[in-house]
Amino acid sequence: MINKVVASPDEAVKDIQDNAILMLGGFGLCGIPEQSIAALLRKGVNGLTCISNNAGVDDFGIGLMLKTRQVKKMISSYVGENAEFERQLLSGELEVDLIPQGTLAERIRAGGAGIPAFFTPAGYGTEVAEGKEVREFNGKMHLLESWLKADFALVKAWKGDTSGNLIFKGTARNFNPMMAMAGKITIAEVEELVEPGELDPNAIHTPGIYVQRIFQGESYEKRIEQRTTKIK
Amino acid sequence: MGLDKIGIAKRIAQEVKDGTYINLGIGIPTLVANFIPENINVVLQSENGLLGIGPFPEEEEVDADLINAGKQTVTTTAGSSLFSSSESFEMIRGGHVDLTILGAMEVSENGDIANWKIPGKMVKGMGGAMDLVASADNIIVAMQHCSRSGQSKLLEACSLPITGLNCVKKVVTDMAVLDVLPDGGFKLLERAPGVSVEEIQNATAGKLIVEGEIPEMQIG
Repeated sequence: MINKVVASPDEAVKDIQDNAILMLGGFGLCGIPEQSIAALLRKGVNGLTCISNNAGVDDFGIGLMLKTRQVKKMISSYVGENAEFERQLLSGELEVDLIPQGTLAERIRAGGAGIPAFFTPAGYGTEVAEGKEVREFNGKMHLLESWLKADFALVKAWKGDTSGNLIFKGTARNFNPMMAMAGKITIAEVEELVEPGELDPNAIHTPGIYVQRIFQGESYEKRIEQRTTKIK
Repeated sequence: MGLDKIGIAKRIAQEVKDGTYINLGIGIPTLVANFIPENINVVLQSENGLLGIGPFPEEEEVDADLINAGKQTVTTTAGSSLFSSSESFEMIRGGHVDLTILGAMEVSENGDIANWKIPGKMVKGMGGAMDLVASADNIIVAMQHCSRSGQSKLLEACSLPITGLNCVKKVVTDMAVLDVLPDGGFKLLERAPGVSVEEIQNATAGKLIVEGEIPEMQIG
């Protein structure tokens, strides 16, 4: 098997240059590549384009890189309750492409799957449709949407082996598998890194062919955005 | 006067049919899950990648890797399944989800919905709402009848950026239950307890259709 292990997050991101196009997995703060983000903060790389469903919160996830102004452009579906993201968006300091979530997911999948474009009904008749080809199928209007690819995809999995096979846990899977496919170089961070043969091949979510670098992260914070428990 | 959020959620729960797959939006729609009768079996979809959303966890069960689309910690039901966000929207786009319940800032009399942006003031993003309203067959909107400043949210045409066209089938507000007719217009079906038809008329800027006696909602 091919060994893809790198020693640290800093080693994994060392050739990410200014103005790179990145994909970052996660939905909210669930399943985000928190160790790779921390390494990018330490590296201080600038002018990044970040493709990610959300932009973290003010003080965690991609929100940390917004604060340090390392991000030039966000491609996302939801700003949500991230005050700094919303402020930079409204003031025009940050370029933002807001994309319907299903279209974003499919554009990333298409990028990894070698499908240059596809038609979807989402966004027809809205701002999202501006400048896009419209075509009718079965009496319903659809927009032509193109694939998305990235220089680097930063993904987070639960378990992985040294050859890059990945298993996700719970809803932390979200955008990670498609992004792993769509990155020219995919950097996977895992909570538990094992030897080839230790993971059941039937259980692999992302085959190692999509992953170029892998490392085991230390002491995951896994912050919870909305801790909600049963009402007593 | 009128229903609180719990009341709106309870009334919408009556619309839920046995054996269906349902996507609940953030806010009041999420509350609907608490009031679905026990003899009605449904599966709740969370667009981040879960079929079979269970109740909120006990304190010791909280799992950072298990959240709903509102980013709240949840549990899974027996028989649940997990998948990627792209597969989640394949389910939605492919028409496999039977009912979508979501919130709105405005609904027009021809079923257009606006709920993602106020130009220059507020941008939440559309999230999955544009995909959901473009593909779901049955869409129910849960919202207040009027904005905080007292403006009607049921309009002739939406003033805010649109999320989707001709898609809303039913609206449940603090004041009323209304069908959006295929040819346009809000058909008044039920009044909230203590709310008169005249009050609903005054709070509805779009075309309101009132035929015969309008019954009061029965909220359990």
